Amino acid sequence: MFLSTINPEMIDWARAQFALTACYHWLFVPLTLGLAVVMGIMETIYYIKKDAFWKQLAQFWQKIFGINFAIGVATGIILEFEFGTNWSNYSWFVGDIFGAPLAIEGILAFFMEATFVAVMFFGWEKVSRRFHLAATWMTGVGATLSAWWILVANSWMQHPRGMAFNPDTVRYEMQDFMAVAFAPEAVTKFFHTVLSGWMTGAVFVVGVSAWYLLRHRNKRLAIESCKVATIVGVVATLGVMFTGDRSGIDIARYQPMKLAAAEGLYDGGKGAALSIVPGIEIPQALSFLATHDTNGFVPGINDILYRGYTSHEGHSELPATEKMKLGKQALENFKAYRASLPAERTSEQATLQMDYFGYGFITHEQALVPPVTLIYWAFRIMVGGGMWLMALLIAVAFLAYKNRLAHHRWILYLALWSTPLVFIAGQCGWIVAEVGRQPWAIQDLLPVSAAISQLPISAVLTTFCIFVVLFIILLIAEVRIMCKAISGMNAE
Amino acid sequence: MKTLYSFLRNVVTFYVEGFQSMTWGRTLWIIIVLKLVILFAVLRPFFFQPALQGSEEEKAVIVGENFSKVLKKS
Repeated sequence: MFLSTINPEMIDWARAQFALTACYHWLFVPLTLGLAVVMGIMETIYYIKKDAFWKQLAQFWQKIFGINFAIGVATGIILEFEFGTNWSNYSWFVGDIFGAPLAIEGILAFFMEATFVAVMFFGWEKVSRRFHLAATWMTGVGATLSAWWILVANSWMQHPRGMAFNPDTVRYEMQDFMAVAFAPEAVTKFFHTVLSGWMTGAVFVVGVSAWYLLRHRNKRLAIESCKVATIVGVVATLGVMFTGDRSGIDIARYQPMKLAAAEGLYDGGKGAALSIVPGIEIPQALSFLATHDTNGFVPGINDILYRGYTSHEGHSELPATEKMKLGKQALENFKAYRASLPAERTSEQATLQMDYFGYGFITHEQALVPPVTLIYWAFRIMVGGGMWLMALLIAVAFLAYKNRLAHHRWILYLALWSTPLVFIAGQCGWIVAEVGRQPWAIQDLLPVSAAISQLPISAVLTTFCIFVVLFIILLIAEVRIMCKAISGMNAE
Repeated sequence: MKTLYSFLRNVVTFYVEGFQSMTWGRTLWIIIVLKLVILFAVLRPFFFQPALQGSEEEKAVIVGENFSKVLKKS
């Protein structure tokens, strides 16, 4: 039997492998997105001022971009390998929808990046300044458009729409491409993620610049870099906050369990308080963030599992225990349909209760609760880290524009030591998004236990170990090459 | 036709000269090529074979059976 022969350890290792690959990939992507904007602005200033210093500055950050790009490129392809091997049921079940954005991303990324990255690096003395500037910006646009399609696919998994189930092919099939590609949640997720990438680039540039200033090197390069990066960073942080607020509303509406877990909220209600850390709460703040109404209803874990509730929008939500019964019914219908002769089949028979199909695979309601402690703290590190970095960027901007940054070594140390925080906050964001939706591979439609392939655990374990070794080697290579490039820079 | 040929020749020359004039970028290209070789010549054929084999109909049957079998368990 399928689920009975799947070792739960196999699911954990496949998830761990996917998480390892995704987390590793996400070290490079936000820095690519952020540095693309910073170097684009610097080259634009060079284009306007025709000052060779700005050309040198743009070239330096392009070099750092290039190192990060080279080490990070293609690491995302491993995720696609894993889909086909470790998550074959998933890949088949929703491949018709999920495959389209991934294919567009692959083609777009290849052609845009191969063309414009080459012009950016090889074309300084060979193409016009205007064309070179366009190529630099298009490199960033290409990377950002790639992110769009990946985030469309991810967003669809969190809130599936625009599709219909075909019991003959055992697949969800795309009915409305626009509904998938331009879903409001996808748009919010895109801006939230891309802007967090800009923030990463900004904090990284400020950190490197702080290192130069602490060593009394490349002073002008460092100050001017800080001026550009802090503006990018502050704008991005404001955008991240705004889109984070929109994300909160989306999660409250479509993934209430994720919100309840992130808040450690077991029994919900109206006027729910926001937990800052255990023991410290802001009254009514959670209701406001989740519904934009200080008295809005926010369901807790027990409401979702056992009691059911009426949402803030007035929708009646069944308890998970009822949804599990309907899910079993949906699976029964599906099985009966598959067992019957083609002439006797009616699609209504198989699609009945498909909204709850995934619940049929759930054996115990507690399996619907994601790891509360992990998500609770990941959320706080993400938000707290973001707020700290915003304050830091504002302070650095103030001192840089007053030409007093080099005299305040304490803030330079803070900027340098805070650089890893932006990567940690970004990873925590993905932990909230991805661990928070467990056990679902596709929200409400397919849990990870049904999405997995039947493979020996040793196969996943072997590739997991290969990746650990490969990723460590690549990361050491990147850090060494990048440190060499940074320490070898002499702009004076 | 001549214009197209000239354009393509310029593009090829652009890339060839770009690669030839690389300094620090050479190391990065070696890393990229090594990585792609590991991904597509080692990992993909030996460790990441698609788990579902056969025609589209056969794959649908396998996944359908996988989903149906869960009922026997619960």
